[in-house]
Amino acid sequence: MSNDALEQTEDSYLALQSTSEFQALRKKFRGFVFPMTAFFLAWYFFYVLMSIFAPDFMGQQVGKPGITVGLLFGLGQFVTTFAITIIYARWANSQLDPLAEAAGAQLDAINAANAAGAKEN
Amino acid sequence: MALTLPFAEATSVGSPALNIAIFASFVVITLVIVIRVSAGKKTAEQYYTAAGAFTGRQNGVAIAGDYLSAASFLGIAGAIALQGYDGFLYSIGFLVAWLVALLLVAELMRNTGRFTMADVLSYRLKQRPVRIATAISVLTVSFFYLLAQMAGAGGLVSLLLGIEGEMAQNLIIALVGGIMITYVLIGGMKGTTWVQIIKALLLIAGTAVITLMVLGKFSFSFSELFQSAADNSPAGDKLFEPGLKYGKNLTTKIDFISLSMALVLGTAGLPHVLQRFYTVPTSKQARKSVEWAIWLIGGFYLLTLVVGYGAAALVGPKAILAAPGKANSAAPLLAYELGGSILLGVISGIAFATILAVVAGLTITTSATFAHDLYKEVFKRGQTTQDQEVKVARTASVVIGCIAILGGILAKNQNIAFLVALAFAVAASANLPTILYSLFWKGFNTRGALWSIYGGLTSSIVLIIFSPVVSGKPPLVEGGPSQSMITSTAIDFHLFPLDNPGLISIPLAFFLGWLGSVTSKEHNAQKYAEMEVRSLTGHGVAEPVNH
Repeated sequence: MSNDALEQTEDSYLALQSTSEFQALRKKFRGFVFPMTAFFLAWYFFYVLMSIFAPDFMGQQVGKPGITVGLLFGLGQFVTTFAITIIYARWANSQLDPLAEAAGAQLDAINAANAAGAKEN
Repeated sequence: MALTLPFAEATSVGSPALNIAIFASFVVITLVIVIRVSAGKKTAEQYYTAAGAFTGRQNGVAIAGDYLSAASFLGIAGAIALQGYDGFLYSIGFLVAWLVALLLVAELMRNTGRFTMADVLSYRLKQRPVRIATAISVLTVSFFYLLAQMAGAGGLVSLLLGIEGEMAQNLIIALVGGIMITYVLIGGMKGTTWVQIIKALLLIAGTAVITLMVLGKFSFSFSELFQSAADNSPAGDKLFEPGLKYGKNLTTKIDFISLSMALVLGTAGLPHVLQRFYTVPTSKQARKSVEWAIWLIGGFYLLTLVVGYGAAALVGPKAILAAPGKANSAAPLLAYELGGSILLGVISGIAFATILAVVAGLTITTSATFAHDLYKEVFKRGQTTQDQEVKVARTASVVIGCIAILGGILAKNQNIAFLVALAFAVAASANLPTILYSLFWKGFNTRGALWSIYGGLTSSIVLIIFSPVVSGKPPLVEGGPSQSMITSTAIDFHLFPLDNPGLISIPLAFFLGWLGSVTSKEHNAQKYAEMEVRSLTGHGVAEPVNH
C-alpha cells in the first residue's frame, strides 16, 4: 500500500466515525453494555456487602436446613450471570451485528470511492 | 516437616502407582495429540494464537480449562467443605467476573489486537513506552500466577502420588515443568489449546461424576446432604451462614470487599485469559467463546458446591485438616471415599493435568509478550523476521519454563496461596483500567496509560509487601509459626492491615489514568477513529486470517 492510499484509509476511518450510522452503532452498543455492567456490578456488590455486613439476615433459614437467604441470593448471582449472557448474546447477534456489518460495508464503500477519486486525480 | 506424618497415613489409602499410571497416560495421550495437530514450523501468529483457527465453542472450553486452575478445583471445594457459605461466596466472584469480559472486553480486544494485550493498549498511544509498561505488568502478573501453580504442584505431588522427600518432590516439579515446555515448544498455542480442551472436559466430567455419587448417597436430597454436612462440622448450622472465614472482625470484612473487587475486575485483565480471545477468527466467535466459558465455569462452580458440602458430610473437616494440603485435599479425599483408589487416581491425574495446562497457557502468553512486545517492537523497533521472532519466543518459553521450575522448587513449602489472589489484584489494578480507558475513553492518552499501569502495579505490590500476608500475622497456635509468608513471628513489618490491596490500588489506578490523561494534551484523533471503528465493526480483522 502506498503512503497515499494509507492516508486515505486512515481518513476513511475518520469519515466513517463521523457518520450518523456509525454514531448510532456506537450509541446502541454503549447504551446496552454500560447499564448492564452497572447492574451486575451493583447486584454483585450488594450481595457481597449484605453477606459481610448483614450476616444475620443472609443466614436466615428458608424452609429446609441449609437453605438460607444468602444461598438463594448466591444462586441468584448464577441465574443473573447466565441470564445476562443469554440476553446479551441474543441481542448482539440480532441487533448489533447487522449494524456493525453495515458500518463495515460503508467503510469499504468510502475506501472504494476514495480510490476511484485518487485515480481520477 | 510436621506434615509428612499424617500425609503418609492419608496416602496409604490410595494407590500411588495407579495415580502415576493415570497421570502418565494423560501425558502420553495429550502429547500424541499435540504432535499430531501441530507439528512443523510455525509463523509467529500460529505460535502465539494458533492463527485464530479455533471455533468459539472450542475456545470456550479451552478458556474454562485455562481458568479452572488447581486453586479453583481443589481450593474452592475445600473452602466450601471447611467454611461453607464463605467458600461459596468466594467462587461467585470468579464467575461474575466473566461478564466484564463478555460485555466490555472480549469482542473489542479481538477486533483491535492480533498477538498480545499490548497490541490493544498501545494502539493509539506512543508505542514504545506503553508496550514496555504493559510488558512489565504482563510479566509480573504471569510470574505470580505461574509461581502459585508450580508451588502448588509440589504440594499436590506429596498428597497424591505418595512421593516423599525433598529430592523426589523437586524431581517431580522439574518433570512437570519439562513436560509443559515440551507441549509449548512442539504445539505452540494450538497444541496448548488442545491440552486445555482435553483437561477441561476431564475436569468437568470428573467433577460431575463425584457430584452425582455424592447426591446418590443422600438419595438426591439437597437438604439431607446439607444436614449431614452441618452435623459433621464443628460449625454446625453456622456452615450455611456468612462469616466463618471473613466475618471475624471489621478488618477481615473489609479485606473480603477488597478481594471481591480484585476477583470481579481482575479476570478481564489477566493476560493469559485475554490471549485466548486471539485464538478465534472474529469478534462473533470471541463472544461465543465467553458464552461457552460462562456456562462451563458457572456449571462447574455449582458442582463444587455439592462436592464441597459432600466432602464436609462424607470425609469431615477433621480428616480434611489432618491431611497434607489441608483444604486442598477435600476433593481428592472425597473421591477416595466414594470411588476408592481408582476415582482418587482419576482425580489426581486431572489435578496434574490442570497444573500442566494452566502453566502451559501462562508460558505461551509470557513468551509472546517477551518476543513480540519487548524483542520485536521495542528492542528491534519492528525490524525483524518472523523466523527470528518465533525463535526468540521459543527460547523465551524454555527460559520461562526453567524459571517456573526453579520458582516452584524454591517456593514449594511456602505459604503462597495468596499469590493467585495477588495476581488478580495486580491485573485489576495495572491492566484493566488501561484496557477500559483505551477502548472507551476518547481523552485517554500515553501519560494516562503510563501513570495507570505503573501506579497500579507499584501500589498493589508495595501494599502486598507491607501487608500481613508477607509478615506479622499471628500464629495459628500459641508459639507456632506465623501464618504469613515469613513464618518467623519476630519479623513483623506490616503497615497495611488488609491481605488484598485491590480496595486501594484499583481505584488509585483508575484515578491516575484519568489524572495523567487530563494533564497531557496528546490526542491522536486519526488513530482514535481507526481504533474505535475497528473495535466496533471488526473491519480489517478477517483478512489476515483468510490468507
